[in-house]
Amino acid sequence: MSRGNGLAGPDLDCAGVAPSSARGQHASFCGLAGIVWLHRKIQDAFFLVIGSRTCAHLLQSAAGVMIFAEPRFATAVIEARDLAGLADIDAEIDQAVARVIERRPDIRLLFLVGSCPSEVIRVDLALAAERLSRLFAPRVRVLSYSGSGIDTTFTQGEDACLASLVPSLPAEAPDAESSLLVVGTLAEIVEDQFRRLFTELGVEHVRFFPPRGASDLPAVGARTKFLLAQPFLTETARALQARGAARLAAPFPLGVEGTTAWASAAAQAFAVDPQRLRSVLAARTERAQEALARHRERLAGKRIFFFPDSQLEIPIARFLARELAMEIVEVGTPYLNRHHLARELALLPPQTPVIEGQDLERGLDRCRAARPDLTVCGLGLANPLEAEGLTTKWSIELLFTPIQGFEQAADLAQLFARPLLRKARLAA
Amino acid sequence: MQLTLWTYEAPPHVGAMRVAAALEGVHYVLHAPQGDTYADLLFTMIERSAKRPPVSYTTFMARDLGGDTTELFATTLRDTYERFRPQAMLVGATCTAELLQDDPAGLAQSLGLPVPVIPLELSAYQRKENWGAAETLYRLVRAFAGPHAPPPGTRREARAADQPPRCNILGPCSLGFRHRDDVHEVTGLLHRLGVEVNVVAPLGASPADLARLGEADFNIVLYPEIAYQAAQWLERTFGQPTTKTVPIGIGATRAFVTEVAQLAGVDAAPLLDETLSRLPWYARSVDSTYLTGKRVFVFGDATHAIAAARIAADELGFDVVGLGTYSREFARELRAAAAQYGIEPLIADDYLEIEAKVAELHPELVLGTQMERHIAKRLGIPSAVISAPVHVQDFPARYSPQMGFEGANVIFDTFVHPLMMGLEEHLLTMFREDFEFRKQAAAPGDAAVNGTPAPTPPEVDAPPPLQATNPIQAPSWATEAEQELHKIPFFVRGRARRNTERFAQERGVSVITVETLYDAKAYFSR
Repeated sequence: MSRGNGLAGPDLDCAGVAPSSARGQHASFCGLAGIVWLHRKIQDAFFLVIGSRTCAHLLQSAAGVMIFAEPRFATAVIEARDLAGLADIDAEIDQAVARVIERRPDIRLLFLVGSCPSEVIRVDLALAAERLSRLFAPRVRVLSYSGSGIDTTFTQGEDACLASLVPSLPAEAPDAESSLLVVGTLAEIVEDQFRRLFTELGVEHVRFFPPRGASDLPAVGARTKFLLAQPFLTETARALQARGAARLAAPFPLGVEGTTAWASAAAQAFAVDPQRLRSVLAARTERAQEALARHRERLAGKRIFFFPDSQLEIPIARFLARELAMEIVEVGTPYLNRHHLARELALLPPQTPVIEGQDLERGLDRCRAARPDLTVCGLGLANPLEAEGLTTKWSIELLFTPIQGFEQAADLAQLFARPLLRKARLAA
Repeated sequence: MQLTLWTYEAPPHVGAMRVAAALEGVHYVLHAPQGDTYADLLFTMIERSAKRPPVSYTTFMARDLGGDTTELFATTLRDTYERFRPQAMLVGATCTAELLQDDPAGLAQSLGLPVPVIPLELSAYQRKENWGAAETLYRLVRAFAGPHAPPPGTRREARAADQPPRCNILGPCSLGFRHRDDVHEVTGLLHRLGVEVNVVAPLGASPADLARLGEADFNIVLYPEIAYQAAQWLERTFGQPTTKTVPIGIGATRAFVTEVAQLAGVDAAPLLDETLSRLPWYARSVDSTYLTGKRVFVFGDATHAIAAARIAADELGFDVVGLGTYSREFARELRAAAAQYGIEPLIADDYLEIEAKVAELHPELVLGTQMERHIAKRLGIPSAVISAPVHVQDFPARYSPQMGFEGANVIFDTFVHPLMMGLEEHLLTMFREDFEFRKQAAAPGDAAVNGTPAPTPPEVDAPPPLQATNPIQAPSWATEAEQELHKIPFFVRGRARRNTERFAQERGVSVITVETLYDAKAYFSR
């Protein structure tokens, strides 16, 4: 297996991989699920879903153990009297927001989050957000986005949230120097590692988006270059580009190869001396590769099947194929941004079946027929597939575990190695 | 609109899913957007079901809304039938699809599928999970047992002398709080009474089994929240009497045995004469003396909350200081129970309201759902879970019923162990105050003493305080009063401090003196 440097030029040939599409039943969260990690990330933000009891129950079910804390999210549940026009929905929203802000004086940013029912009955949340922003300014900024399942799948909720935040970013000072913006929710430990890495490379002005606090919004403008840390940020990238920022095309920072290419894209854009780049990366890549080697033994040659879920499927498949020598049976992804993922697709082994969208039952037929060694899927499918003798890895863990960067490459490999190890260990 | 942090009940279609997943040979087709498929994980992850729930979703998206969502529903229904070949199908809509008004019932009828199709209309914006489950069971029972109904007014024939009495067990379903184990336990009791079980429904029943429901002599309703409506219809249609007692606790189990024996025409005495549970003896054992008058707050579905209150008061000697339910459909029953304990009933599904009530009542034990477990954890109060909504912990690997005599044993352990653990915490802290240990250690809830940091009490890992305390309004302590407080044994010191502050606050006393301390002690002593 070839180990490219991941630094291929812009005019990539992805003829080796031809994505096809499917339509049928989906088995995936809607964009509301993103609230579960976004509210942990932006620590003074509150997410108020304008939705149904189903939305509230989905959030609670997806959040699982986080019930221990008083959450910074809630649902204003639409009731029959709201639909019948007996209640003024705007007044009801205002009241719910006032109650949240009164209860949580630490809140600085409040998102009104649209849902399937609020979209269908056309509640104008953008207007409500403007009104409430004026009312609670300067203490609390109120924004809105849609996390509805008719518009967004799972991680697209983060995209919609971040895109709604972009217009609030301050403008770059006229005399600002070039800056680097890393875009997409990362664990704090990963952010800190990347910050040290860029400092060592001599890239001086590095900011992360979303920030940890609402008062810490990075400035953006024509001298901002941004690197996507997540592959599902189509609208956010478009909004940043509309503010004059330039996207640095790169694979995603998953695995040693992906992280190297990702950091190198920034180094190139900031004219870092190639010698310096090599020396800064050397110790990190060596350590990460050593850690990966242990997992390669268990994973090499094993066949893996991805059900579409998190939109992380393609970069992870690329990592597992190229750095751990796994055989990719099929890569499903709920949505594919061919532009952002061009370099990833080019790095996949030729002829890898990539399927955008989902027809659950047919996907299950193919999976059962292929009998892969490992199946990546959502929580609704994992135990039933295990009961059929297939070994699975739940995809939601890929969003809750720090997996990006050099130091986490082995952790990412381990997420896939552990189910196989476990299967081998259990005698009865 | 209702502002909701956590919900006790899922939307009504999840109730319908619970019934569908409990049955055999029934498939549910839901007109729903893609996010609604999350509900599958309740079954596969919480209950650890080895099968996907028998539910298919149309998963329409924004682009379908402009086009033909009715065609999407029809295609999904047809494909689902072809793939799964169920004996019967349920069709319905989730909250969003309800707004589209695509009429799944009419569409299903026009397709002319070769199996019965039962439409469900569950009013997602008014109703909730348990109502959805009850309505679904009722519709199914009517659909399958209905054709076998005798003409109205027909008198039920007496059972032949050589036939053993037969009953149906109604209510157990998927994602129920210990339903599987309760069925096992209750079936054992019936077996000992010489009563045969005709059908258990919905858990494990097929449409053919539902068709046979009318053959039983009477019905046992284990979970009124789910089966009351169906049982009422069976009573009217087939003249089958229904049991009123839910056998949770010793007293209720004995009453249930007596009630069943009466309906079945058998003798309850041999079974009642046996000593079948350790609860009565353990409760009388001297080590249980410390349980006397423990102040307990109870909240859950109506059936489990009412049963837990009865056990707490009559079988363990606790004081029930709060009793509530989120089951509005059974508010009347709960109000009646609360009246027996001379307390205000709490009928609410607003988590914040229940939290405020717990904080206000200062109970020593909280018996509730997973939500109240979290409330109690935050307030540093021992707690046990007695009711749905369920959590993966509510599906223990061991046999762990709530009903019958074994259920009473399980409940004794469940209610008493958290208090014993609480006592153990106190003892550990007591020894920590011995000279061998660090001197600056203080008791839980007594952090301010000597201005030294307290050991981490359980509530410290919780987020910002809620309604429990408000330091701005709290009265201050005179030095002598503070010193006097410190002489009080540490394991009651926290409570003494709280009670005194509450006492002072209610009377507008701004500085607490030694006198205030003893006034409060006299006021609260019981």
